[in-house]
Amino acid sequence: MSEASLYERLGGAAAVDAAVDIFYRRVLADTALSRFFDSTDMDNQRAKQKAFLTMAFGGPNTYTGKDLRQAHKPLVDKGMNGSHFDSVAGHLAATLKQLGVPENLSGEVLAIAGSTRDDVLNR
Amino acid sequence: MQEILYSGKRVLCEEGETVLAALLRHGLDLPYSCRKGTCLTCMVRAVDGTVPEAARRNLKTTEIERGLFLACQCVPVAPLALMPVRDAENFGRATIRDVTRLASDVCRVVIRPATALYYRAGQFINLRRRDGLMRSYSIASVPRLDRDIEMHVKRLPGGEMSGWLFEQAEHGDEVGFQGPNGNCFYIPGRSDQPLLLIGTGTGVAPLVGLARDALHAGHAGPIHLYHGSRRVEGLYFNGALHALSGRHPSLHYHACVSGEAAPTGFRSGRADEAAFSDLPDLAGWRVYLCGYPVMVRTAQKRAYLAGAALSEIMADPFDLRDKRATPRRNAVERADVW
Repeated sequence: MSEASLYERLGGAAAVDAAVDIFYRRVLADTALSRFFDSTDMDNQRAKQKAFLTMAFGGPNTYTGKDLRQAHKPLVDKGMNGSHFDSVAGHLAATLKQLGVPENLSGEVLAIAGSTRDDVLNR
Repeated sequence: MQEILYSGKRVLCEEGETVLAALLRHGLDLPYSCRKGTCLTCMVRAVDGTVPEAARRNLKTTEIERGLFLACQCVPVAPLALMPVRDAENFGRATIRDVTRLASDVCRVVIRPATALYYRAGQFINLRRRDGLMRSYSIASVPRLDRDIEMHVKRLPGGEMSGWLFEQAEHGDEVGFQGPNGNCFYIPGRSDQPLLLIGTGTGVAPLVGLARDALHAGHAGPIHLYHGSRRVEGLYFNGALHALSGRHPSLHYHACVSGEAAPTGFRSGRADEAAFSDLPDLAGWRVYLCGYPVMVRTAQKRAYLAGAALSEIMADPFDLRDKRATPRRNAVERADVW
C-alpha cells in the first residue's frame, strides 16, 4: 500500500488556495521584498505564487530548474540575493504555522522550497 | 470521448484529453502558454454544455459568471460548445437618445440598442462611430432599472470621440457597440457582505450602476462609495449620489476633493486615502476600483494588504492606450473615459 503523497497529506489544491493569500500578502507587505513585486499585474503575480506553492507542497507541476532560473534572472539583476530568498522562506514557514500545518509536513515543504535556492538565485 | 464544438467546428476529445490538446491536435488556432492553468492565456467562453470545476479554479467569480474557463484545464465530461472570447464580442447597433452635460467636461450619453443588450451594471462597452472610431466607456445604467444604456464621457483635450459626442452627436445618430466587457459588476448571493467602491473622475459611472444594482437586489450589507476628483466640479454626480444615499441608509457616499479646498460636506484628500483611513480592515469585503490607473493599482495592493482576498478585488483601470499599439489579446483601450 503506497503512502499518501505530501500534497495529499497537506490537503491538496484547497490547502494551496488557503496558503496563497496569506503567503502573498506577507511577501507584499515586507518592505525589503516589495520592490521585487512592483509589477502591476497582481492577479498574474498571485498565480505565480500559487504555482510556486503547489510545487513546494509536492503537488503537480512542470517547473524545471531552467524555468526558475529564467523567471528570477531579472530579479537577481535588480539585486535579489540570499537574504531575500531567506525572507521569503521565512514567510512560507510563518504561513504554514498560521495554517496549523504539523511540523513534520512543514519541514518537508521548506526542504522542497530550499532546494530551489541555487536556481532562483541563478548560481 | 466527448464532442466539442469550437466556433461551430466539431472536434472529438479523447478520453482524458484536455480541450486545448484536442483543439491543437485538430490544427485549430488557440492562444495558450503554460498549459498548467496558471497564465490564463487559453481562456475561452462556454456557450453550451457543462464545464468541469477544475477548469475554473483559478478564475474570478465574475469570469465564471461570464462562462469563461481554461481550455488547458478542461477535460470535458459532457458535450461542450465554446468560442474564443473575442468572437463572442460582435458589434451591435444602437441609436443615440440623449447627450446632456453633467459638468463642463463630462456629459451623459444615452444610447438605445436595436436589440436588448444583456449586461451587468458596472461593465463597459466599446462604442464605435460610423467611421470606425472606437472608444471604451463604462456603463452607468442598470439593466433591470433602465431601458437605455447610459455612459459618462469625459472630454479630453483633442479627444476625437469625446469631442464628437460633446459637439456634434445628435438624437437619432446611429452608433455601433461591442460588449459588454469587464469584471466590475455586482454578484448577488452574499447579501450581507460589505462593499467598498472607489472611483475617480468618470470612474464613478460604473460604480453608480453597481451600487444601484446591489441596492435593487436587496443587498443588506453596507456599501461605501468614495468618489474622488481634484476639483469640486469633478464630483459631478454629487447631487444624485446624496439623493440615492438619502433613500438607502446602507449606502454611504463620500465626496473627496484633492486639488482645492473642500467645502462643507466634502472630504479633503484623495478618495483612496480617505477610504483606507476609514476602513483599515477589509477582511471579508468586496472591493471595486475604477478610474485613474495609478489609483486603481495602488488601491488594489492596499486593499489586498488590508485583508481583502485578491479574488474579491475588482480593478478596472481606465488606461489611455492607443489601440494600434496594443496587439495583446483581450487588451482593451480605455481612451476617453477619465
